[in-house]
Amino acid sequence: MSLAAHLPALQVVLPLLSAPLAVLLRHGGLAFAIVTAGAWSAFAAAIALWLQVGETGAISYHIGNWPPPWGIEYRVDRLASFILLLVAGTAAVVLPYSRASIAREIPRELHYLYYAMFGLCLAGLLGIVVTGDAFNIFVFLEISSLSTYVMIALGRDRRALAASYRYLIMGTIGATFFVIGIGFLYLMTGTLNLVDLAERMRSVESSRPVLAALAFITVGVSLKLALFPLHQWLPNAYTYAPSAVTAFLAATATKVSVYVLIRFWYSVFGETLIFHRLPLPQILLLLSLAAMFAASFTAIFQDNLKRLFAYSSVGQIGYITLGMSFDSVSGLTAAVVHLFNHGITKAAIFLLIGGLVVGLAKPDAHRDAPAGSRDAVPPAPTFDRLAGLAQRMPLTCFGIVVAGLSLIGVPGTAGFVGKWYLILAAMEKGQFWIVGAILLSSLLAVAYVWRFVEVAYFRSPPAGCARCEPPPGLLIPAWLLVGATVWFGLDTSVTLGTALDVARQLVKVGA
Amino acid sequence: MESSLVLRVVAKLLIPFILLFALYVQFHGDFGPGGGFQAGTIFAAGIVFYALVFGLDNARRIVPDRLVEAMLALGVLIYAGVGVAGLLLGGNYLDYFVLAADPVHGQHRGIFWVEAGVAVTVSGVMLKIFYMFAGRGRHDGDAA
Amino acid sequence: MSGGLLEHFSHIVAVLLMVAGLHVVMARGNLIKKLVGLSIFQTSVYLLYIAPGKLIGGTAPILAPEYALYSNPLPHVLILTAIVVGVATLALGLALAVRIREAYGTIEEDEITAADNAVQDAEGAKP
Repeated sequence: MSLAAHLPALQVVLPLLSAPLAVLLRHGGLAFAIVTAGAWSAFAAAIALWLQVGETGAISYHIGNWPPPWGIEYRVDRLASFILLLVAGTAAVVLPYSRASIAREIPRELHYLYYAMFGLCLAGLLGIVVTGDAFNIFVFLEISSLSTYVMIALGRDRRALAASYRYLIMGTIGATFFVIGIGFLYLMTGTLNLVDLAERMRSVESSRPVLAALAFITVGVSLKLALFPLHQWLPNAYTYAPSAVTAFLAATATKVSVYVLIRFWYSVFGETLIFHRLPLPQILLLLSLAAMFAASFTAIFQDNLKRLFAYSSVGQIGYITLGMSFDSVSGLTAAVVHLFNHGITKAAIFLLIGGLVVGLAKPDAHRDAPAGSRDAVPPAPTFDRLAGLAQRMPLTCFGIVVAGLSLIGVPGTAGFVGKWYLILAAMEKGQFWIVGAILLSSLLAVAYVWRFVEVAYFRSPPAGCARCEPPPGLLIPAWLLVGATVWFGLDTSVTLGTALDVARQLVKVGA
Repeated sequence: MESSLVLRVVAKLLIPFILLFALYVQFHGDFGPGGGFQAGTIFAAGIVFYALVFGLDNARRIVPDRLVEAMLALGVLIYAGVGVAGLLLGGNYLDYFVLAADPVHGQHRGIFWVEAGVAVTVSGVMLKIFYMFAGRGRHDGDAA
Repeated sequence: MSGGLLEHFSHIVAVLLMVAGLHVVMARGNLIKKLVGLSIFQTSVYLLYIAPGKLIGGTAPILAPEYALYSNPLPHVLILTAIVVGVATLALGLALAVRIREAYGTIEEDEITAADNAVQDAEGAKP
């Protein structure tokens, strides 16, 4: 067998192998090299898989050569390969950024552990997407979550610890709910393979344990994806985590959870149950709208730039779930494409903010604070520190503005594509008030992005401040992603094409 | 640490048997209850017992921190390495059938190494957790 | 009714543990107690999986002529994994609690929140 046949396994194994190697080497630079190599090869594997799935359809890989439903099956279809691209791609960009970024945020002796955790988290997230086994999803979910808690706790501010603890409690409750749901499904059907599960579900579809399973799985995954009232863990976790971690999480962790929800709703439980017999679409619609307005509104009043964009993430997740609630091809297309586009947009923004924090710290550098000392808390990117920043860091600020335009959904940026399809989906259903709601909530996005523009561009900088652009090690990866947001806004063949395919495959009943 | 003579003598007598029992559980996993998880925990329990009686510093001298951390990583690598070996020998990932000419023997060989990896990692993790918590508060400001 | 209760004995215990654990997580402000609650909550899941896998009179699935009735081993394997995950979560949670105690000097959630709010107000008040 050729190497290509093993891509689904290699996709997860390569980053997974890099993590213990990083621990064994005990050296920051070597650990960086090996985990980055793991992430890049995972990205290459993701691209190869995406091409392969586009030609031949879903790929099934039998771990240990045990045929499903007995053995664990890795199954990559169009949707999975698309999410793999997002996760592995973000990791491939964020890791080189980490090198320059964590040197200022994490004590030196912990660097190799940071890279090991990053490798584990990446392997976990990729594993969730690749695997076709319900219990395996839980295991990978916990691998990625546990390493995420550790990475958040590495933040210098002590509030990072409290945020990580809260996320641990919420995340564990979510994962345990998920595994309870899986348990009910297993009791009713006797299988854990997702494809097999979907087939056997037909005969027990409306029994009470299956409905209970649906409830547990939906609530558990919603906790992980930060659906509106369950998002409490997110703002602090994003705000106080190291910059590189925030960027990686914002682009991948919640998005992978959305993938799990789509997988279970559309592939396992089936649309008939979800959308026609239960009031789930109405509930989801309501929560999505609440997220779009409440979270975006809260974002406007935040003083810390990182927290502002964290709340904006909750709002943007609302758009994704809104697309899911329509049960139509264009609705799901909107959800999938926005998931991808918002992922890269948010990663770009958080990378740039990380650079901005480094730049802000520069004027104090001559005080010669030791780089690894714990007491030196880096300056929080609060608005009072950002006055006139555009003159001092033109590239960084311009990048944030471009990515901000994508958050608003201006044509020519990636954020526009998803919103356009959302509006199409709403019009197909004849619900014009939702179109109004989407436009109104975009105005809220205008408000919070404008707050940054106003402070950074129209206020005069404090006297005696020189240009302090962050170093190229931080700027280049960030601008790579900013470029991607524009690129995917102009050339939509990759993103929109895949999303349309996915939606046509998954939506069978709805219009 | 103040420790009674009885405790020291009993510990010295018991600890070799605890470690031996760990090995028994490890290798008996094929035929009865046992395996890497249990064996690793029992092994770690033996060391923890030693640390409780003779002090943490003495335990650290026998099983140093670096070794513990290496064990953490090594076990996972052994496990994953078995999977890669399956790949290299022409099977799927974690395919034990191809590990030996006879597929049944191959399964045996595969699970043996996997359990070995599990035992190493589990005992490493248990010791690491114990060292972390037990060492806390003595010298503050130690790296977490 | 009482027969029904007995029949579902393990499920009732599982539900009791589940609710009790979740209650402790939500109602207690002490970080350690929260973790205890979380552990109880997770334990209920172990029971939920394990209990239906047990067949009275069944043995481990070892192919031998004298046994005909086997228990399903899969739930045990799954829960072994879940227990490991639970232990890892508990260890990480406790480690975080220790670090929080070192950083804040307390493990009461309301005191931590108060300390955080004080810092935030101070940040906001700065010119």
